[in-house]
Amino acid sequence: MAISLTVNGEARDLDVAPDMPLLWALRDHLQLTGTKFGCGMALCGACTVHLDGQATRSCVTPVAAAAGRQITTIEGLATPAGRAVQSAWIGLDVPQCGYCQSGQIMSAAALLAGNPKPSDAQIDAAMSGNICRCATYARIRSAIHQASENLPAAAPAHG
Amino acid sequence: MYFRHIDAVVTGGAASAELTRRQFLQLTTLAGSGLTLAILLPGCAPGTGTGAKGAAATGPLAMPFVRISPDNIVTVICKHVEGGQGVWTGLPAIVAEELDASWGQMRVENAPAQVPLYGNTAFDPRGTMQGTGGSSSLANSWMQLRQAGATARAMLVAAAAQTWKVPAGEITVSEGVVAHAGARQQATFGQLAGAAAQQPVPKEVTLKDPGAFKFIGVDRKFPRLDSRAKSTGAQQFAIDVILPGMMTAVVLRPPRFGGKVSSFDATQAKAVPGVVDVVQIPRGVAVVAQDMYSAKKGREALRVTWDETAAEKRGSAAIMKEYKALARGPEALTISSHGDAEAALAHAAHTVEGEFEFPYLAHAPMEPLTAVCRLGPEQCEIWAGCQFQTIDQMNAAAQVGLQPAQVIIHTLAAGGTFGRRANPESDYIAEVASIAKATGGKYPVRLIWTREDDITGGKYRPLNLHRISAAIGKDGTIAYRQRVVGQSILAGTALAAMMQNGVDPSAVEGNAPEQYDLENTHLSWTPGKVGVPVLWWRSVGHTHMAFSKEVMIDELAQAAGEDPVAFRLARLGKHPRHAAVLKLAADKAGWDQPFARQPGRGRGVAVHESFGTVVAQIAEVTVAGGKLTVDRVVCAVDCGIAVTPDVVRAQMQSGIGYGLSAALHGKITLTDGHVDQTNFHQYQVLRINEMPRLIEVYIVPSTNPPSGVGEPGTPPIAPAVANAIRAATGQRLRSLPFELSAPRKA
Repeated sequence: MAISLTVNGEARDLDVAPDMPLLWALRDHLQLTGTKFGCGMALCGACTVHLDGQATRSCVTPVAAAAGRQITTIEGLATPAGRAVQSAWIGLDVPQCGYCQSGQIMSAAALLAGNPKPSDAQIDAAMSGNICRCATYARIRSAIHQASENLPAAAPAHG
Repeated sequence: MYFRHIDAVVTGGAASAELTRRQFLQLTTLAGSGLTLAILLPGCAPGTGTGAKGAAATGPLAMPFVRISPDNIVTVICKHVEGGQGVWTGLPAIVAEELDASWGQMRVENAPAQVPLYGNTAFDPRGTMQGTGGSSSLANSWMQLRQAGATARAMLVAAAAQTWKVPAGEITVSEGVVAHAGARQQATFGQLAGAAAQQPVPKEVTLKDPGAFKFIGVDRKFPRLDSRAKSTGAQQFAIDVILPGMMTAVVLRPPRFGGKVSSFDATQAKAVPGVVDVVQIPRGVAVVAQDMYSAKKGREALRVTWDETAAEKRGSAAIMKEYKALARGPEALTISSHGDAEAALAHAAHTVEGEFEFPYLAHAPMEPLTAVCRLGPEQCEIWAGCQFQTIDQMNAAAQVGLQPAQVIIHTLAAGGTFGRRANPESDYIAEVASIAKATGGKYPVRLIWTREDDITGGKYRPLNLHRISAAIGKDGTIAYRQRVVGQSILAGTALAAMMQNGVDPSAVEGNAPEQYDLENTHLSWTPGKVGVPVLWWRSVGHTHMAFSKEVMIDELAQAAGEDPVAFRLARLGKHPRHAAVLKLAADKAGWDQPFARQPGRGRGVAVHESFGTVVAQIAEVTVAGGKLTVDRVVCAVDCGIAVTPDVVRAQMQSGIGYGLSAALHGKITLTDGHVDQTNFHQYQVLRINEMPRLIEVYIVPSTNPPSGVGEPGTPPIAPAVANAIRAATGQRLRSLPFELSAPRKA
């Protein structure tokens, strides 16, 4: 079935089954392999992408449901929050094996886009869907705080 | 460590082993002849290698472990797989140091599968086995890479001396620049690489004085080489490999271990759009399709009947019950015996008893097992996060009917391994090779294990049962009698020759008599006979041996009315490194200050050596409403020279997180031989909200050669937390994962 997607700002047309998970459409049919497969049941977060800016588990999102929406993958992450997160991740040497980190970064970027100054408890709540078996969690926390501090300042409220 | 006995394996008579021995003999015959390096360089024809006359003066300096190209990039050839433990940064740091390179010019790439050149000398000093494990990468690469860096530096200097017609002794090298002040000459490594390649390889080189180290052991910022790629989705793993015409396969495996295919009906599977073939392989039935979606749909439509006559049909509860009976029975191999434990226990006024139960554990790395195979008439290529190259070459070769040297392994980054990707049967690699063979090599095949395949697929940390009786005599001497019942990891595998007198050393490693000054001890082991496949899981035998040891020692301290740290120190006279890390952790944790006297707050300590590294951890916990929070962990580590201190810290954090995951959640159970857990909702693992808010790592300064840090952070955390829980609530925890008592009603 012909499906039209917008991925990282580009129109992409696919001929795949409508119930194919977005994850596999991205990976196997668009060769965008930065989004990872970890569990297939939305338990681990490795497959996290943004749909209209919202963190979404692509392994349980049928590709048809993503048609007509803005899909952002790790390869196309370019928001201020996303850039701040990636910069902090690199600066603090967060990744170890690195396999979960695309998903971690997408979740963190979505968190900061909605909440530029999250508390530790809010970080826990937003990030607890992303498993890291290397347990880089302490550095993930630090990197989110650092990214938060480095976010470009919002427009001033008063003159 | 147990890999010491690898020679018995390799000379076992397989054709593959013959090839390896021949290569090794070739090497030793020609050593020192200057032709050596040309023969050893992968892909290098005679006459064009390093040292050969007539080679292009603009070519790279290409050595086995270092390549310097004219664009001034220094690439370290890494024989160990990067599974997150940091070898891609640690090994280049060693080379950069001896080369006097600048960090910005350093790169790393994985070595081809080739022995003895890239053999792990901790596995076998003759280098017959390439692989990563036992936290041995830094330890066995240390001198090898220092030599490699110093050798390349000497050749660059010789080239400069020749070019500038100045004495080599007057030449300086710093941050990738070679200079002679007097002659006002300088050149980059890249500019000198071609001339350096013309130089004879020096037989002896001077290594740097540690006092002059700029990288090694220096706690300065030099970024991990892989952080950028892993933060941008650019890092390639096996699951990301795309080859022209590649098909994807998933395998339906027997629901019980030891089951076999009896018959199968592929009609419906083959009718699924996208499915191109269904083939039987030794392990089960493979569905091959154009993409993962179709492969999985095809597998759902596959009908297989299983022959379960030889299958393991017991459940884990029944196995544990049998182990408890075995622990009381006569059959046991004595591991060690000092003094007279029986007599000391018989006369003890007060005995502390413990029966400790440890479940099967899955590794569950985030990257599910994946391998790609492209099979041709004369060679078989494999792409995988390969941890056991030589063994995998042998097993893949056997599946496809080629020689091991015809198996080309492209080792990629591994998305976590924790030991899972190193197994004597090469399970997923043998599978992909067999699928390629069964499909006639018509197309490259990518085999993906789903998470369900992974969690239910075996190769677990063995289920274990310890039965311990311990006591303190009036004179303070300790009696310690321990029975261990658990499956051998080595028995029945291609590495069975590593067993010593029927004992699997990994089954009882890290035991109390080895790590404390104890007067009257008896340790024995009964191998469990179970059809569940088992494997080494991050720190292996230490995972269970450290737990019971550190909990029992702590309870003995309590029985004696003594402080747990002081009690241990009094029995570490023969173990000064243990004493040193324990004192450091205690000091940093403020152990001698009274701990917060709030209800539900407690702290506990553990100290343990594994793989040559000693670690002490102090955990502070809160137990409230039956719920546990680990608030803080203070960790002290002695790993010899900490080559990259920040990586050492990261590995301690990682080991703590991995061990805590097992302590809080990790449990694989079987019912009538079927694994009960299938995915992360049932096999729960540590998430960010459970990671201690404060983890402090302190590194003991040392001039000893580096030991490992990949595994040693894991053994102490579970007992440190258990001891903290006991201090907080009085509950004695004898099993993992923890089951906290319900809070007492008022």
